[in-house]
This record gives sequence, C-alpha cells and structure tokens, in this order.
Amino acid sequence: MISRYDSLMARVTSTFIAPAIQVYAFYVIAHGHYSPGGGFQGGVMLAASTVLLRFVLGSEEGYRRFPPRRAALFGALGVLCFALIGTVPLLRGGAFLDYGMLPIVGAGEALRRYIGILLVEVSIGFAVWGSLVVIFDALTAPGNGADEGGRS
Amino acid sequence: MRWVVLLVVGLACGLLATAAMELPRKGDPGSPASVGVAAAYTARAMAETKTPNIVTAVLADYRGYDTMGESFVVFSAALACLLILVPPAISARGRREDAARAGRGGAAARGGGREA
Repeated sequence: MISRYDSLMARVTSTFIAPAIQVYAFYVIAHGHYSPGGGFQGGVMLAASTVLLRFVLGSEEGYRRFPPRRAALFGALGVLCFALIGTVPLLRGGAFLDYGMLPIVGAGEALRRYIGILLVEVSIGFAVWGSLVVIFDALTAPGNGADEGGRS
Repeated sequence: MRWVVLLVVGLACGLLATAAMELPRKGDPGSPASVGVAAAYTARAMAETKTPNIVTAVLADYRGYDTMGESFVVFSAALACLLILVPPAISARGRREDAARAGRGGAAARGGGREA
C-alpha cells in the first residue's frame, strides 16, 4: 500500500507527464519498423507511467485510474494475442508465426509480414505493460510488508 | 587460503584474457556471427517484410518464435509474483478469509478491507 506523495509539485507534474509518456510509448511501439524500439521498450514505458502515478498519487487513486485487474487482463491478452496471431497462419496451411499467410485482403506477402510484425509488437507491448504492473502491484500489495515501516 | 583464491582468480583472468585475444574485431564482416544466416537477413529483410529496421524484422519475424517465448517468460514472471507475493485471492473476501486462516493477525485483514 503506497500513500500519496506529500508534494503538490510532484503530484501535478507527474499527472501532466504520465499521458505524455504514454503517447511516446505508443509511438515507440508503432514506430518500431523505422527506429529503435518496439513492443518491449514501449511496454516498459507504459508500465513506467502507470507505476509513476501509483507512486505519486498513492495506491488508492492509482488503482482507480488503472485497476490491478486490468493490468492482469492486459498481460494475459497480450500473450494470448501473440499466440493467436501465430496460430492463424497455421490454420491456413502455413508455418507457425508465418505472417505471410495472415488473411489480410489486398496486401502482398511483404505487406502482410509488415502488418504481422506491427500486430505482434502491439501484443508484446500490452503483455509487458500488464506484466510489469502486476509485478509492481504484487510487491506493494497490502499485507506483505510494504506498509510496515519505511516512508510509506 | 587467500593465496589459493588469488591463484585461482589470476588463472581465470589469464584464461579469459587469452580467450579475448581470439575474439573477432568489432564489426568484422568475417566473424562467425556475420557469415551465417545474418547476411541473408540483412539482404532480404527489406524486400520480404518492408521493414527498414532489420532488428525489428529479425526480432519479430525471422525469430518470432524466440520473441513469443520472451513474452511468455515476462508473463510467467508476473504470474509467479502474483501467486507467491499475494497468496490470498484477489477478491477482498478471499483475502480476509485466507488471512484469518493463516493467523496473520489483523494487519493483513485490515489492509485487505481498506483496499476494497
């Protein structure tokens, strides 16, 4: 259980910065084809923005903005989407994770691979986002020592 | 004892140093890492995946199976943390019941109630 950080300046600044971090994180995920970055990096940034809000606004407000259940859901959905995207080509006679066999109308094989990479990167981003927030919530859950002693 | 440790550490350092002498130079196109499948990836990635960033093409497409395993690892780490560090069920009722059963006293139960 984290209590609210006792500084108005830090709270206001972090509430303004967190959405910017998230927008940049989605840019990092979506722009992974052209620049360094991708699902893992963007997912870590998304998790960092969520954790920042939890640290600064406290667990109560942080949980209201991004519930712990949603974190678990995002993590599971990201991994599931990755596996499903890999399975779809298998059903159409291709190899596992062969994005060239994805059923996308009006796209050549190279473009299908391009879209497949994008879908997979987004799934990874959500999986990493959810997983890291779940880890953070588990570490700061009430009753496992985080609320006894220390500043919070 | 200290001399034995120093001897072992020194021998290990010497071994590593002699091994480092044999390493290929940085960016050497003839190094073992660059003569295998890497040449084919760098030559064909743009045509096959329309992705200028070859690292992304290798990570998500050519080595997609590996990346899927990585995301599984991250997710299972999260699951392990959830199961080990937060023993009671996620619901507040389950947390209170389990805390009472484990006899951990009022702190955990009160914490659970406060969060709910």
